[in-house]
Amino acid sequence: MANSTVPADSADPALHGAETGDDGVRRRDFINIAAVSALGVGGVFVLLPLISQMAPSADVLAESSTDVDVSLIEPGQSIKEIFRKQPLFVRRLTPAEIAEANAVPTGSLRDAQSLADRTKEGHGDLLVTMGVCTHLGCVPLGAAEGENKGEYGGYFCPCHGSHYDTAGRIRKGPAPTNLVVPDYEFTSDTVIRVG
Amino acid sequence: MSFPWAKQYTPTNGFMRFMDEKLPLPRLVYNAVGAGYPVPRNLNYMWNFGVLAGFCLVLQIVTGVVLAMHYAANAQVAFATTEHIMRDVNWGWLMRYMHANGASFFFIVIYLHIFRGFFYSSYKAPREMIWILGVVIFLLLMATAFLGYVLPWGQMSFWGAKVITGLFGAIPLVGEPIQVWLLGGFAPDNAALNRFFSLHFLLPFVTAGVVILHIWALHIPGSSNPTGVEIKSESDTVPFHPYYTAKDGFGLGVFLILLSIMVFFLPNYLGHPDNYIEANPLSTPALIVPEWYFWPFYAILRAFTMDFFFIPAKLMGVLAMFSAILIWFILPWLDRSPVRSGHYRPLFRKFFWFGLIPAMLVLFICGGAPPYEPYVMLSQAATAYYFLHFLVILPIVSKIETPQPMPYSITEAVLGSDKKAVLGENASPAV
Repeated sequence: MANSTVPADSADPALHGAETGDDGVRRRDFINIAAVSALGVGGVFVLLPLISQMAPSADVLAESSTDVDVSLIEPGQSIKEIFRKQPLFVRRLTPAEIAEANAVPTGSLRDAQSLADRTKEGHGDLLVTMGVCTHLGCVPLGAAEGENKGEYGGYFCPCHGSHYDTAGRIRKGPAPTNLVVPDYEFTSDTVIRVG
Repeated sequence: MSFPWAKQYTPTNGFMRFMDEKLPLPRLVYNAVGAGYPVPRNLNYMWNFGVLAGFCLVLQIVTGVVLAMHYAANAQVAFATTEHIMRDVNWGWLMRYMHANGASFFFIVIYLHIFRGFFYSSYKAPREMIWILGVVIFLLLMATAFLGYVLPWGQMSFWGAKVITGLFGAIPLVGEPIQVWLLGGFAPDNAALNRFFSLHFLLPFVTAGVVILHIWALHIPGSSNPTGVEIKSESDTVPFHPYYTAKDGFGLGVFLILLSIMVFFLPNYLGHPDNYIEANPLSTPALIVPEWYFWPFYAILRAFTMDFFFIPAKLMGVLAMFSAILIWFILPWLDRSPVRSGHYRPLFRKFFWFGLIPAMLVLFICGGAPPYEPYVMLSQAATAYYFLHFLVILPIVSKIETPQPMPYSITEAVLGSDKKAVLGENASPAV
């Protein structure tokens, strides 16, 4: 079978060893290509586990949700919680801060979102955001008492100078988007479940 | 380079004769750093820093291996084992301070080495490959230093890890997955610390490998020199040993005195006090700055505060910071002037001393300052100049400049005359 496509005149010295098919393709070239391809595929399968071992392991991926009691937060106060090993800011806004956030025309913002887009209906004063600057991931200042709140009265990131307003929206500096609002829901009037 | 007048290795005893026939390692050493390697006779003290950089690499590897015997790469205990090294391990405090300050001194040496190359155009033909390998070494060095700084798991360690891996998060589409892959999670934690330790151990040996290539590439055309005039005859050179082993030895002595002053009397001067606070994932220190040797590039990163057409400010800063170094790869092809040494290039010299150097100093100061005005504006101006210098000024200067008269040979530059210059090329070698 291996010789079925070899022309009868393959004994011709000019063609000796070339085993050229009808279309002028050398069958030996195919063996070369097949061998190198097999090596390539094998190489990829060796690399794959070596690369993917660095991706998050099963215990890191097995992350749960976090319950937060928000009943004790007074207007103007924030608490920091841990959600998936990252800080979570829960802030009860004062009426002045809500007015300030609503006074900004949404269209003028780098990342257009109104305060209502960023809070739950009926809880318009409770701002839940990740405490992770959207630039390079530092924790912005402003949640704790006496910290620099930046030029827009919200949060200020000390790493590269991003300013967020009272609704946690980016207003100035290198950060591209607003502080992320994670998925959460009210399990009762006073408890939220994040995640 | 094997110049025809280079001394030949001759084994002096039976054992060396045996070795020379079976595995000529002594011959290799003799031709690399011994009397078999002729070097320009006019090297000034700026040519000390290659040897000093090699010494720093050895110092870091030795102290690093020692520290790794007592350190545990686990987020629960990393900070505590660092203090255990400081308090309990015999001479642990010395090993740790030498390793930490050794990194700083490594960068001082490397920056002087690089700027020597800038001024004397050591990157020009035929030395492009030496330069390119050098830039690779510099990138490896920065990666290694970053990984090492994370290991004590202090506040700066943690937030540095977060920010630097965040740089990759700025890449469109694949950025976030790459960052998660690098960290092995969604924020720096045990997984990140553990792999950073493994890679911090690995990279110095990769660096050592590239250093061997760097030296190999250097020894093909031979060392450059302050005049930029190539070696013409034996009178231009002296054997590396003992002339330059002695001179480098003196430089090493001065270096060790300075390092000792820092290690014994000011061990924390170049560090950041916040790294004596254990990592806290919930709070970023109010004044967070990287290690001093990253400041110029950190300032470039922070200079981009506005979106640039369709590129977001965040990505723009990251691109600018990386290209500030990657641009060095093509430097040999940006500066086309046939004259090497800055000594004979009046216009180039002006832009070097009054342009590049001040711009780097401004970037250095701004990188260590908080992100307020006037530092933001200053770093923007200096960043603009930095790129202008390499991409516009150097190519134009190298075209329009009239170089000053150069000596005929290294010998003439040193002695004021060269017999060959008077008698012509075919005269017998000058003494």
